[in-house]
Amino acid sequence: MSGQPLYVNDDDFFPSNDEHERWEHQGYEMVVGLEVHVELATQTKLFSASPNRFGDEPNTNIDPVTLGLPGALPVLNRQAVELAMRLGLALNCRVQKSTFARKNYFYPDMPKAYQISQYDEPINADGWLDLPDGFRVGIERGHLEEDTGKSTHVGGPGGRIHGSDYSLIDFNRAGVPLVEIVSRPDIRHPEQAKAYVSELRSILVAVGASDAKMEEGSMRVDANVSVRKPGADFNTRCEIKNVNSVRSVGRAIEYEAKRQIALHEAGEPVIQQTRHWDENDGKTHTLRSKEDADDYRYFLEPDLVAVDPGPEWIERVRAALPPLPAARRATLSEASDQPANSEAVLLVVERDQDEYVLSVGAGGGDVALALKHVKEAPDLSTVVPARRLATLTSMESSGAVTATQAKTIVDAMIAGDEERDPEAIAAVLGFEAMDTSELESMVDEAIASQPEAWEKFCAGEGKAMGALVGAVMKASKGQADGKAVTALLNQKKG
Amino acid sequence: MPDTTTHSELPQHATLIAEGVRRGTLSAVDVLDDHLARIDAREGEIHAFNLVLADLARERAAEIDSIVAQGGDPGILAGVPVALKDNMCTRGIPTTCSSKILGDWKPPYDATAVIRLREAGAVVVGKTNLDEFAMGSSTENSAFGPTRNPHDTTRVPGGSSGGSAAAVAAGFASISLGSDTGGSIRQPAALCGTVGVKPTYGAVSRLGLVAFGSSLDQIGPFAHSVDDAALTLEAISGHDPGDSTSIERPPLDLRSKLQMGAAGLRVGRITDLPTGASPDVQARLDEAFEALAAAGAEIVDVEVPAFGYGLTAYYLIAPAEASSNLARFDGVRFGSRTSAPDTNQMYMATRTDGFGAEVKRRIMLGTYALSAGYQEAYYGRAQKVRRLIADDFAAAYAQADVLLTPASPTVAFEIGDKSSDPLAMYLCDTYTIPSNLSGDPAMSVPFGTGDGGLPVGVQVLAPALQDHTMFRAAAELERYMSLSVSDTHGDAEPKGAN
Amino acid sequence: MPERITTADVSKVATLARLTLTDDELATATVELGAMLDHFADIDALDLDGVEPMNNPTHLVNVMRDDVVGEVLDRDEVLAAAPLAEDDRFRVPPIIGLDD
Repeated sequence: MSGQPLYVNDDDFFPSNDEHERWEHQGYEMVVGLEVHVELATQTKLFSASPNRFGDEPNTNIDPVTLGLPGALPVLNRQAVELAMRLGLALNCRVQKSTFARKNYFYPDMPKAYQISQYDEPINADGWLDLPDGFRVGIERGHLEEDTGKSTHVGGPGGRIHGSDYSLIDFNRAGVPLVEIVSRPDIRHPEQAKAYVSELRSILVAVGASDAKMEEGSMRVDANVSVRKPGADFNTRCEIKNVNSVRSVGRAIEYEAKRQIALHEAGEPVIQQTRHWDENDGKTHTLRSKEDADDYRYFLEPDLVAVDPGPEWIERVRAALPPLPAARRATLSEASDQPANSEAVLLVVERDQDEYVLSVGAGGGDVALALKHVKEAPDLSTVVPARRLATLTSMESSGAVTATQAKTIVDAMIAGDEERDPEAIAAVLGFEAMDTSELESMVDEAIASQPEAWEKFCAGEGKAMGALVGAVMKASKGQADGKAVTALLNQKKG
Repeated sequence: MPDTTTHSELPQHATLIAEGVRRGTLSAVDVLDDHLARIDAREGEIHAFNLVLADLARERAAEIDSIVAQGGDPGILAGVPVALKDNMCTRGIPTTCSSKILGDWKPPYDATAVIRLREAGAVVVGKTNLDEFAMGSSTENSAFGPTRNPHDTTRVPGGSSGGSAAAVAAGFASISLGSDTGGSIRQPAALCGTVGVKPTYGAVSRLGLVAFGSSLDQIGPFAHSVDDAALTLEAISGHDPGDSTSIERPPLDLRSKLQMGAAGLRVGRITDLPTGASPDVQARLDEAFEALAAAGAEIVDVEVPAFGYGLTAYYLIAPAEASSNLARFDGVRFGSRTSAPDTNQMYMATRTDGFGAEVKRRIMLGTYALSAGYQEAYYGRAQKVRRLIADDFAAAYAQADVLLTPASPTVAFEIGDKSSDPLAMYLCDTYTIPSNLSGDPAMSVPFGTGDGGLPVGVQVLAPALQDHTMFRAAAELERYMSLSVSDTHGDAEPKGAN
Repeated sequence: MPERITTADVSKVATLARLTLTDDELATATVELGAMLDHFADIDALDLDGVEPMNNPTHLVNVMRDDVVGEVLDRDEVLAAAPLAEDDRFRVPPIIGLDD
């Protein structure tokens, strides 16, 4: 698992608050199912002992099985099965006896000219995933299969396959274990799709199944999109590939749905096909038509035997599952009195910092304040001991320091000042709670110096309060507690 | 034991060679030179080998001798010259499958069976010819030309392991390895007058065997005697974690059972066996039943109703698996490539140039049997027939410990006789195929001669994991033959020679 | 059994298997495969309803290995044996005609 926070590459990672609103366009709704491929975090490949490692020199992680050399035979990686089971159980799937099949097709990045994949009998079936807002997306299956190698296209325009002079193949990725998680077509809104991918990613990381980095391709999303008038039968769908970020998931399916709606409205048919999402122009483009789809000639892989985990293994895996993001959000929500799908709760759990926040509470601190600070300062949990943050939140909740001062102290603690002791930092910075009489005289001075503002404030113009509070802040060099100033002003207004 | 060849004073039987070399009374180098001399004399007309590794073999034989000289034990096959079918991977040594498509490919690894032979002290003398990718019953489908039967060089040695069968029959190697997908060890063994064994599926690792029909393929030995075959199998069998279908058991224990005789053994005669065996072969089979009965076996009639459907099931299942197994020969990572302007055309050109006619025929048949709209009718039904055959065998084995059938319907046929009629060639496998489908062991034992004085093999079949019982019956047949007055069996010298 | 195999079927199969047939070869292959399939029609007589297909003789389940890194192949050796290599990778002609 990566120590890097996951949110860094997605500018709008979280579902917006309007996700309960129905997505609708010209009277149509979208029907979306997602197929998510995730690379499992094993040491070795699914069927051979060469390393499963991203970013190595080309063709260094190769062995006879990976290259599909004559005479090579696959042997299943137990850890890959276990990680797939963890994922399946986390997605409420039935973990069952499963088999492997050969999917036959020629492509230069597929060494044997067949992919070993679970077909009729996947290891995980019939589960579900609950989004943070409670919306449930059905999971059809989560099956094991092997990844392909990688092609680089040389010559021609922009490294694209079309018009290239030739291609170069690196087989390091070939044979890396994948789980393909296929959702049911339950998604009706771009934000649900984004929330689904985000939540799935959190679960993958939480159970240690994958590092789930979309930018490195260890998590890849394909979307099946169709549109219909609500309640009508399903229409022809298109599969969208190359969706490389959570943000793109929302954009791509929204674009595609609107494209199909335009076709329906124009009375033109939607052709079942695979389409490619282009991040640059924000459109989907035809990749290939399913009409001349390959005949994959699936049959059971005779070089492998069935995998039947059995109740004992399944229960062992289930018992060892860590708390899942949804449960952790619920815990944090309760302790902090913030909604479970609030940005702070989502973000802090996503970053794996919820335990830290809760330990501030256990140390006598204020959980809600801790949550706010950790949300705003992601480095807190790695450098500042929870007891220090507990002390700070106590100072803040007792009024010993203001919210603004607390923020300054947080920065100083992260920087390592005064051995990260918030009381010492407050002392050095001269942050001392003003006594009430001192504050009151400052408020009186502010009223005296700004009669117009005072008049307006008394007349009920709330906005006028800003000038008065600002004057107090200026006079106190920022040490006054904004809340206390407001309270005094209201008190004086009578 | 019958000594099948020669006027040399050095032994050719693996058991005798290993015993002598381990004791220090026999030099592995001398044994090898003796075999190489026969290769020099007759390989030109037989063409058993795609590659003779004389220098490597001499080095290895000298090493074996020096281990013995230093008081060490090189293993149970010490100094035994062995030939390998050229579809078994040998590190750094060309492995061609008798196909053009592999070019001069040298595998970067050894097959498990090859490693085990070497660890047992065997000396590899060369890689033997085969029907391309083991598809055939005559060794005529080789990109490098046919192998000839040492008993009559106008005739085929059988196939697909014809080179390995001929190498033992001609005294080029003491033992050899073949692979058997539908009879490719047993049929050439019968036609060349050697012992040939297809063990229980999973008894010998397939790792490093270039796959033909993965659910059917097994590696097994050719040998001058039942004893030698047992010794070889003991060396190469046993669990291999590199083959997921490898049985999790120690190596087979066979030699301890060879002297048990046939008394009390229940020997099944399949009353509904498909017809087609020629009268000379049928006569030998009848004699085999009599021989075992005379040795105290009980002959019982059994039925295997689905036996005759084996051919159909096999020729749908094996090509289906082969069409997938041979897809990797695509000109991208190894082997030959025919240049073309784009990758798809390159695939087409490489495969069209690289594969021979029979391989293409089976790839197309198998692709068709798996293709959309036909899979259920062909591949699917064939797999159900396969189940019937396995079930029928299981029922028969409730009544009998072993079964006897012909190994081949006829003695060796003339080169060219069947090469223009694929279906006639497929019928050569009628009696051998069902054991591949069921996964049970079966072996061919030389049992006198038939038409033209050519060797006849009797096939002994047994249920899975009862390889030792099969060997027990085979040893009794061999014992009978060695005591019989028959004087023409198993002599690999061509008629008219000497 | 399905209807008799046609040249169109054989042609399609050859393309799926990445084999090129001349017209003569196509005609011959259609006759040969047709004759074989006629012969294989013997199993049409069998009642196979309810028979469990047999994929493999093995009765093994759960054959797995530990997730431990083993030996890898030497890249230079492997690429030297490849038909064409460049820049530490396997080189192929333009990938067209495969998925469009």
